[in-house]
This record gives sequence, structure tokens and C-alpha cells, in this order.
Amino acid sequence: MTGRSAALEVRDLTVAYGAVTALEGCTLTLEPGKVTGLIGMNGSGKSTLFKSIMGVVEPQHGSVQVWGADARKARRSQSLAYVPQSEDVDWDFPLTVWDVVMMGRYGHMGWVRRPRHADRVAVQEALERVELTDLARRQIGRLSGGQRKRAFVARGLAQGARLMLLDEPFAGVDKRSEATIVGLLRELAADGATVLVSTHDLHALPQLADEAVLLLRRVLYQGSVEGALRPENLTRAFGIDLGGAA
Amino acid sequence: MSVIDIVLEPLQYDFMVRALAVTVIAAVVCALLSCWLVLVGWSLMGDAVSHAVLPGVVLAYVVGVPFALGALAFGVLAVVLIGVLRGTSRVKEDAAIGIVFTTLFALGLVLISVVPSQTDLSHILFGNILGVSSQDVWQVGLLAAVALAVLLLKSRDLTLFAFDSTHAHAMGLNPKRLGWLLLGLLAVVCVVALQVVGVILVVALLIIPGATAYLLTDSFTRMLWIAPLMSAVSSVVGIYLSYWFDASSGGLVVVVQGVVFTLVYLFAPRQGLVAKMRERSAARA
Repeated sequence: MTGRSAALEVRDLTVAYGAVTALEGCTLTLEPGKVTGLIGMNGSGKSTLFKSIMGVVEPQHGSVQVWGADARKARRSQSLAYVPQSEDVDWDFPLTVWDVVMMGRYGHMGWVRRPRHADRVAVQEALERVELTDLARRQIGRLSGGQRKRAFVARGLAQGARLMLLDEPFAGVDKRSEATIVGLLRELAADGATVLVSTHDLHALPQLADEAVLLLRRVLYQGSVEGALRPENLTRAFGIDLGGAA
Repeated sequence: MSVIDIVLEPLQYDFMVRALAVTVIAAVVCALLSCWLVLVGWSLMGDAVSHAVLPGVVLAYVVGVPFALGALAFGVLAVVLIGVLRGTSRVKEDAAIGIVFTTLFALGLVLISVVPSQTDLSHILFGNILGVSSQDVWQVGLLAAVALAVLLLKSRDLTLFAFDSTHAHAMGLNPKRLGWLLLGLLAVVCVVALQVVGVILVVALLIIPGATAYLLTDSFTRMLWIAPLMSAVSSVVGIYLSYWFDASSGGLVVVVQGVVFTLVYLFAPRQGLVAKMRERSAARA
């Protein structure tokens, strides 16, 4: 594998659910060591893009490569972590923070997933990094919104993934937790990992991201955050016709 | 009559010893499986599969192969049909489940009525725990051991599947395969429990213990202890009640489980209705 392979390379991806096309010719390359904000309205294909990268949906056309390898291979080698939207998690599920973070280690374990010393150390370290050590034994539903997100980020850290996907991590999260998560993602990127964050929160974008991607079934814009936030670009991404302004 | 007599008297009959053995085995395996079914949200699926295995069991009897094979084939067939119906028409999932399992169950009833056999229709439908032969005990024990081993070995993967199947995808695992594993276990476990409570009531053993344990603890590991314990104890109580009151054994096993669930629903320390109401009035004060 060459040292210059991109962290994520999505090429000409088309995904349709029946008659509805979610992504059409979507092409996107992410460089290592960067945090990228993924911006688009509901139905723009953000979730579908994530699902295609994770192999949950099969594209009709196109390919996904992670760190220069076929996405399937990359997933098996634990290169990919995912932090789900809050609505997609059953918070009443009888698992502790420790249990959830330990799930990040399953790909490193044997067939029956019996944790070894190295797995426990990795979980411990991940919990320390997100400052949840004291809450390790707490059921996940008994955490605040921000703590919940941090638990799932810790799962990705314990997994040791070099590409982390986060789906709306700031929804329902207080400002302090948001700052902690942003700091953590910046640290990860500084260590050479690549982070892709879908978000509605345009105000947080300058502190969070090195670059931004505007998505509407395909990539409309990829570049600096300031550029993405220019009215003419946002107008295109959110499909608002400003009546001759554009 | 002392309590000891009440417990010991039935045990002088071999058929009661066999009945209790099979009941405990079935109760424990069903209860373990129910922990995952309840959390995945597959109670209705459990209902469907447990009814849909009926024609498979009858055909297996006719052909002379183990009941589990027939049950497995029709359990899988039911799930495939439900999936196809939902995926290729505007019929929603609950309707698809309802159509498929009632049709297969009815097919089973028709088959029973035309197949000449010594097996009584009511035994398959309502269980025949007092007529268990020692060969049956071995069969049930073997099937239960296989199901138990698979459940315990794959327990962590199944929990991951129940909790976050998207994450399973991201880690390169195959959640679909885990889903099929769970459904296959469901079909096999139905055969284990068939003799105790019958096809119609199997679903009770597959839902009530898991749901009861879920109300009692926030730890999945503890659920895996509480559910089988609760299920085994209440099933044994049910069998004893049926002996002393000469009433339907399968019926009493399920009624006792339902009573235990109701008590837990009302009085569980944290999730119980009473505790919740107290908490609410304390918050208001």
C-alpha cells in the first residue's frame, strides 16, 4: 500500500431505494489527518453516504475505498468506526458504558469475543480520553446527551479506527460536551486519523472542521469551511431559490 | 399434608419426573433466547415462527425425520415469505406476518387432519407434557444443548446485533447472518418447547421471561440469569399446580409466568409501576 493513499475515496456512487435516488454520481476524496464537515439538508443523501461506506446499503454503481483498500476489507481490518445518531440508539438497552465501548473491540477478538487484557486496556484508555472513566458502570440511558455521544466516540477510539464517521453528533448536546467532542476530534485528526462529521450546526463548523463538503445527492462543493458557508453555496445545497439572487 | 409431601408425592411417578425435566430444559432455553428476542423487538416474529413450524413438524412426522428439521425448514420459509411479501407489495410488515403465519398454521391443521397418526392433534397444539417418553427427554435435551451452546458462544455477537447492527456492519461483521442465526435458533427452540406448552403457547415462553428480566435489571448479563431462573421456577410451579388441581399443564405453566410478570410489572424496584408512581409523586412534592 502506498503511503499517499486517501483515507476515503468514494467514486461515482449511485444508490437508489426503489424509485427514489438517494445518491447520484457522488465522488468524494478525504485526505488523512483532516476533520471534514458533511452538510446537506434532510434527504440530501448524508445517511445513505454513511451507510454505503459501512456496507449497510449496496450501491447500484460506483465504489468505496478506505485507506486504499476495498471498503469491505477495510471494515474487516477495523479501519472504520461509526457514531450513530441519537434517534438510532435504544437508550433503554441494558448495557453499561463499559459494555458499549468494549463492543468496539469485538473485531479484534476471537470467535466467541472473549475480552483479553489488551482489550480491557484499550477500553480503559478510550474512557479516559473521553473523560467517562467514573461513569463506566452506568447504564447508557442514564447519561446526559453529551456523555452519550462521548461513550460512542470512545467505542471508536477503543476500536482503533483511522476513519471515523459521526452522524449528527451535536444534536441535543450541551455546549460544554460539544466543545469536548470537538477537541477530541481535532486531537484524533492531529494524530493522523480522518473524521467525517455530518452536522446541521453551521456555527460550530469553523472550530470543528478543516474542510466542508456540501451534499445534495452528489457533492456540490468541497473545500474551505468559509467557502462552504458562502450564501450562494448554501443556497444550492439547501435548494432554496432566493429569487434572482443566485 | 406437609409442603414436603406436596413436592415429593408427584415425584414417585416416572412420568412426572420426565415432565419436570423437560419443562425445566425448555423453560431455560426459551428464557435465554427470549432475552435477545425482546431486545431486538422480535416478539411478533417469535409468535409467527412458533406457529408457522406446525406444518413442518407434521411433515417431519410423516417422512420420519427429526421434528427439528421440519420446524427449521418452515420457520425459515415463514421468515422468507414475510420478507418477500413486505418487500414486493405495499402490505406492511405486521400484516405480512399475520398473513403468513396464520396460513402456515392453518396448513398444519389441515395436514394433521388428513395424516393418520397416533399423535393427537391436541398434543401438538396444547402440549403433552405428561406423556413425555424417555426418548423424548433425550431428543429435547440434545436440541436444547445445541441451542444453548450456540447462544452462549455467540452471545456477544447477538447482543451487538440487537443493540447496533450498523456498527456490526462497520466492523466487517455480517448482521444478516446473525439475524438468521437467531431465527434458526427460534425454530429449534420451538420444537424444544412444543411438548411442554404446545405450538400455540410456545410464544409465551419466548417473550415473558425476557420481558420480566428486562423490568428487573439494567444489566444484560444479569438478564441472562434472571430470565431462565424465573422461567424454570414458574414452569415447575405450573406443573405442580396442574398435578394437584388436575388442570391443563401447558396452560398453568404460562399462567404462572404471566402472574410473575404482572407482579414484577407492578412491584419491580425501579421499573415497576408502583415505584414509578412513587417517584413521580416525590418529584411533585
